[in-house]
Amino acid sequence: MATRIEVGKLNDIARLSSRVVKTNQGDIAVFRTADDEVFALHDHCPHKGGALSQGIVHGKSVTCPLHNWVIGLDDGEAKGYDTGCTKTFAAVLEGETIFLDLED
Amino acid sequence: MKEKLVVIGNGMAGMRTVEELLKIAPEKYEITVFGNEPYGNYNRIMLSPVLTGEKSVPEIMINDLAWYEANNITLHAGKAKKVVSIDRKKQIVHAEDGTTAAYDRLLLATGSNPFIIPVPGKDLKGVIAFRDISDVEYMLDVAAKKKNAIVIGGGLLGLEAANGLLKQGMNVTVVHNLEVLMNRQLDAPSARLLQKSLEERGISFKMNANTTELKSDADGHVTSIHFADGSELAADIVIMAVGIRPNTELAQKVGLHCERGIVVNDTLQTFDPKIYAVGECIQHRGELFGLVAPIWDQAKVAANHLAKYGIGIYKTAATSTKLKVTGIDLFSAGEFMGDDSTDEIVFQDPKRGVYKKVVIKEDKIIGSVMYGDTVDGSWYFQLMKDGTNVADFRDTLLFGQAHVGDSGHAGKNNAANLPDNTEICGCNGVCKGDIVKAITTQNLYTLDEVRAATKASASCGSCTGLVEQVIAATVGGDYNEGSAKKAVCGCTTHGHDEVRAAIKDHGLKSFHAVSGFMEFKNPDGCHKCRPAINYYLLCEWPGEYKDDQTSRFVNERMHANIQKDNTYSVVPRMFGGVTTPNELRAIADVADKYQVPMVKCTGGQRIDLLGVKKEDLLPMWADLNAAGMVSGHAYGKSLRTVKTCVGSEFCRFGTQDSTGMGIKIEKMTWGSWTPAKVKIAVSGCPRNCAEATIKDLGVVAVDSGWELYVGGNGGIKVRVSDFFTKVETEEEVMEYTGAYMQMYREQGHHNERTAHWLERVGLSYIKAELIDDEAKRKAFYARFLESQKYSQDDPWAERASKGVDKGMFIPLAEVN
Ligand code: SRM
Ligand SMILES: Cc1cc2nc3c(=O)[nH]c(=O)nc-3n(C[C@H](O)[C@H](O)[C@H](O)COP(=O)(O)OP(=O)(O)OC[C@H]3O[C@@H](n4cnc5c(N)ncnc54)[C@H](O)[C@@H]3O)c2cc1C
Ligand code: SF4
Ligand code: FES
Repeated sequence: MATRIEVGKLNDIARLSSRVVKTNQGDIAVFRTADDEVFALHDHCPHKGGALSQGIVHGKSVTCPLHNWVIGLDDGEAKGYDTGCTKTFAAVLEGETIFLDLED
Repeated sequence: MKEKLVVIGNGMAGMRTVEELLKIAPEKYEITVFGNEPYGNYNRIMLSPVLTGEKSVPEIMINDLAWYEANNITLHAGKAKKVVSIDRKKQIVHAEDGTTAAYDRLLLATGSNPFIIPVPGKDLKGVIAFRDISDVEYMLDVAAKKKNAIVIGGGLLGLEAANGLLKQGMNVTVVHNLEVLMNRQLDAPSARLLQKSLEERGISFKMNANTTELKSDADGHVTSIHFADGSELAADIVIMAVGIRPNTELAQKVGLHCERGIVVNDTLQTFDPKIYAVGECIQHRGELFGLVAPIWDQAKVAANHLAKYGIGIYKTAATSTKLKVTGIDLFSAGEFMGDDSTDEIVFQDPKRGVYKKVVIKEDKIIGSVMYGDTVDGSWYFQLMKDGTNVADFRDTLLFGQAHVGDSGHAGKNNAANLPDNTEICGCNGVCKGDIVKAITTQNLYTLDEVRAATKASASCGSCTGLVEQVIAATVGGDYNEGSAKKAVCGCTTHGHDEVRAAIKDHGLKSFHAVSGFMEFKNPDGCHKCRPAINYYLLCEWPGEYKDDQTSRFVNERMHANIQKDNTYSVVPRMFGGVTTPNELRAIADVADKYQVPMVKCTGGQRIDLLGVKKEDLLPMWADLNAAGMVSGHAYGKSLRTVKTCVGSEFCRFGTQDSTGMGIKIEKMTWGSWTPAKVKIAVSGCPRNCAEATIKDLGVVAVDSGWELYVGGNGGIKVRVSDFFTKVETEEEVMEYTGAYMQMYREQGHHNERTAHWLERVGLSYIKAELIDDEAKRKAFYARFLESQKYSQDDPWAERASKGVDKGMFIPLAEVN
């Protein structure tokens, strides 16, 4: 069962950046793109665990701050020649409010 | 509905254009390709290694048939699919077997034909060219059965053919009509060395030879070759490798304007605007082409216009050549012969078989030729393309690119001969074999592709030269970065200087204004261009442009260095390396309070608190601020440290107060953002205990004043700084320092340390601006002080007590 949990307002996250939601399943990075889409990923790079929330966000991707892997926000997949995947979470925007769907 | 693109010619130029097009506009066209050869698309360059047996045909395929299918491209390949006419009115092409295809846009990429010298016997069996897979298959077949091979033509192609046939066990004689082999690429001394080493391998040469006739047996198969001097040689096979002619047959037939090649304009359109042409078949501004480097550039521009992006103009860039004969190192670029108006610097060591020549005109390199030791070929080539003024290091130019202390590579500098298990990239642990494998299995061509695929040279970059050598050794002359200017990143074709000029000239004041105006591929850019452009905007519009935090690398956003476990390091500033018991007490207290795992002296004369948790950053900074300390910017592309020695205050040798001078300089310069980090040091006498001569700016006190040194670097490639000037007063030290900082801030490329900037623009130029021109120096200095007004706010205080960017440090929410 997934539970929908309110985590904040859209404007709590600057465009092209990310903030962390702390959960008992680990840190989740919630991203906001230039066109106000929101995405959520486990805050853990598939390469060596870099905090993706600290990366530079561009288009629907984030560049990991540790060694520059580029991770897709929508699918959590490493782009280009790198292979690896980060767990994604459903982030839902209703009006100005952001919700995360978390498994129990 | 999709438009229709038809491509004639299934070779390197045509398919590269299609690949470029698929990258930028994959949905735009329904693509049909006609090819005269019955394969997918293969790497023609690699025919030489196929002939020697180092590669097989499947290994040199760039795109196999499955690729065409996967990309929805209709391929008509084979002899019968040769396009024989084009109905330009109805826009339909016709192949020999009656296959037709309609087009909205047509791309001609018909390559070239080998030139066959018109001697009697040229049409005999056994007389062939070296151009395609069928030629190589024929040669391999003959080599298995017969003995004597003649190669006519001592150029690049001829010698590669000769080497291949020799490897296949034949007796090979190269017949050349001049005294000098590879006369288009080599001068006489280097050609002699080449001929000598090829002779040692077993190839025979007949120089200054004019072929008069080829004779045959009763079956019409070639048996001998005859020369004007009356001599003759036995021949079972004759390879004609005397040059190529653009294949304009079809274009001429359908009335497109041709001279020596199909004439195209700067956007690679023929005289019929619906028809584009690329590759060896074209003539652009009077020039013809025979190497892939310029063709790759053409493919980019043509694809760009086919995608209707409408930017990009093709300009012919300089090319360089290498010979793909294993074990022979040869490099040639530009105008290597020299004339009355040029200087040639030459190094020769016949015993080692080494020859290097660099041709200089008006203090710039215009050509070079090297034999035996070509490690620095790509460096000379880069200097040539950049038009760097080499007057300042002319005396050491031939010794190569400062090999001193290239840390992490233990003096290795000739990648071709290294075993596969040699570590090339020390940062990411990538071995030579990994790189070679990635290149061959994934068909990579450029440094960027190899970087992306293997991560080699993707971190500190110190192994870039080695990686380039591995690429060159693996893909041969095919490897070439082509165009002269380096694009900022993959989002654009524009270089750093163009971006800066656009920001200034068009008053662009945000990243999106720049990316929109310059038509970046990705509107949000990427992790390379965003920080670069953020810096350029900040530098251009001090006080006006608001720093964009989302374009900052994490360290500059968090004002601390991120570490491998996502904790941070905190380094408070200690002006000039001087501290007090109170500061030390405060550091000890925060280390206790926040349970800092390690307290360490840095290489920059201050103290580092390592392993700090993100949540502790704000309160820790507040505590350090309370003790009067500010951020040390140990993380930024900014002023880092000003190291000092004790100087005249205490030292028995000190000539001036170096400590005080260092503190003054740091007070003036701290907080400034720069293209890359800047380190300064002040020593109190020439014993130089502060190591001022490996700093971006070094000050060395002498009895009569201060000596200034610039462009040093103690990092990846040690570079000893150059003496800049000597001044008498402290005020002058400050003025020169500020002016130098500002000139670098305004003209350095993002991520380019002063050492590299100085090598790119030349010390003389910097001296002319800052020493010879007092008014300019003062203006630079004034602009520096002005911009410092907006940057000397302690970023820690702003965040710890003024709440700036608070969201970055605390979680959005906690849920359980
Ligand atoms: C802390 C310190 C090492 C130490 O324990 O002493 C250090 C630590 C780092 N250095 Fe350094 N460098 C430190 C002094 C130096 C010095 C010595 C000096 O400044 O006198 C050098 C050589 C001098 C020079 O730069 O010319 C130095 C040359 C580098 C380089 C190579 C730069 C180059 O141009 O070749 C890098 C890599 C880079 O910048 O891309 C680097 C990068 C780094 C980074 C930031 C790696 C990174 O990108 O994360 C390290 C952060 C470690 C961490 O976990 O916080 N560090 N680094 C020193 C901090 C000095 C300070 O007080 O600010
Ligand atoms: C042995 C060898 C070694 C080389 N080594 C190097 C090197 O080290 N470095 C380097 O930079 N360059 C090298 N080159 C040159 C390089 O291969 C060429 O510059 C490059 O292949 C040119 O590309 P292109 O597409 O213009 O021509 P091609 O690759 O020749 O492609 C043209 C294609 O069009 C087809 N075609 C022509 N007319 C028609 C028609 N009417 N209908 C259908 N199809 C048609 C042809 O069959 C051919 O397949 C080498 C060339 C050879 C032969
Ligand atoms: S501190 Fe400097 S030298 Fe040491 S590992 Fe990090 S980058 Fe390398
Ligand atoms: S941990 Fe993310 S790229 Fe290495």
